[in-house]
Amino acid sequence: MKRDECLKALARRRKDEIIVAVYTAAQEWIHIAPSDLNYTFTGAMGQGSSHALGLALGRPDKRVVVLDGDGSLLMNLGSLVTIAHAAPKNLVHCLCENGTYETNGAVPIPRAGEIKFTELAKAAGYPKTYEFSELQEWEQALAIILSEDGPVFVDLKVEPGEAYPEDFRRLYSIEYRDRFREALRKS
Amino acid sequence: MADSPLKAADIIREIKLAGIRFVVALPDRVTSHYLLKGMMNDSDFRVVQVCKEDEGISICSGLYAAGHRALLMMQYTGLLDSVNALRGVAVEGRNPVCMLVGLLGKEPGVLPIRDKRYGIRIVEPVLDAMGIAHHLIEQATDVEKIVPAVEQAYAASLPVAMLVGREPR
Repeated sequence: MKRDECLKALARRRKDEIIVAVYTAAQEWIHIAPSDLNYTFTGAMGQGSSHALGLALGRPDKRVVVLDGDGSLLMNLGSLVTIAHAAPKNLVHCLCENGTYETNGAVPIPRAGEIKFTELAKAAGYPKTYEFSELQEWEQALAIILSEDGPVFVDLKVEPGEAYPEDFRRLYSIEYRDRFREALRKS
Repeated sequence: MADSPLKAADIIREIKLAGIRFVVALPDRVTSHYLLKGMMNDSDFRVVQVCKEDEGISICSGLYAAGHRALLMMQYTGLLDSVNALRGVAVEGRNPVCMLVGLLGKEPGVLPIRDKRYGIRIVEPVLDAMGIAHHLIEQATDVEKIVPAVEQAYAASLPVAMLVGREPR
């Protein structure tokens, strides 16, 4: 699946969910679905899922979707256990699995294509896991995934799609972070 | 100065006065028995256990974005292990991550920078180099630093480290 097509499918189903996005998915998401409820201020590699957990615990009335990367998740694998233990019902942990450190030169991750991320998530204690390699199946499942009790883990097997302009300053902007806080407060 | 032991109940009282209800923690021998276990059994707190300390920096930041105050409890080794997250998430990201950091093995009554242990000696210089405010909590009266430290962190939207120099009882 093309990653941007996966993100467009999510954008079509989005209502008022908080979307936490990292690296390439974040660069694409801010163009595909601009919103003050986009949280891209993760600050260090691997930290997206942990920011998402804080948001999910702080606002249990809001659904939080994190668009993680496989290289990023490998850097913070313990977060799977932390999230499963905290058990936020409103958290959807999506993994954009492309098998590479795409932002850092597209070098393959260790054991690219061999890791069963859904099995890791299950073993950590996520009650629901999914794996998609077909865009249509992902889009059809979104309504359920965005409404069922979590934490939910979704492995999206993706490859690069259309190129989007990079804007790291926007991703880590304090101004946008403060806009996010205000938008969430009003939401 | 007369030696006056730290009391866990005083620290917990000040943390509550600072408006903190979320505690994110990895056990630290200095603070586990009387502080963390007490908080885990206190319905005023929601304790979130983490597997690694840098997760806690980001969880606290997510909670801040959602309008909550939080405290990250860890050992100084975890703080040193989390320098990049502190750099990117807390300092550059302007997140008021409030940390209660146990100085395991610190010599009583000796300033951390003069401690015989290398690991203890470098904590404050590392924080200084990163521009992170820090306060030593070792005597009973030091608990009075907690509320102002937390308030300042949130006012400036910057992290703060409260270094616990002995086991509170």
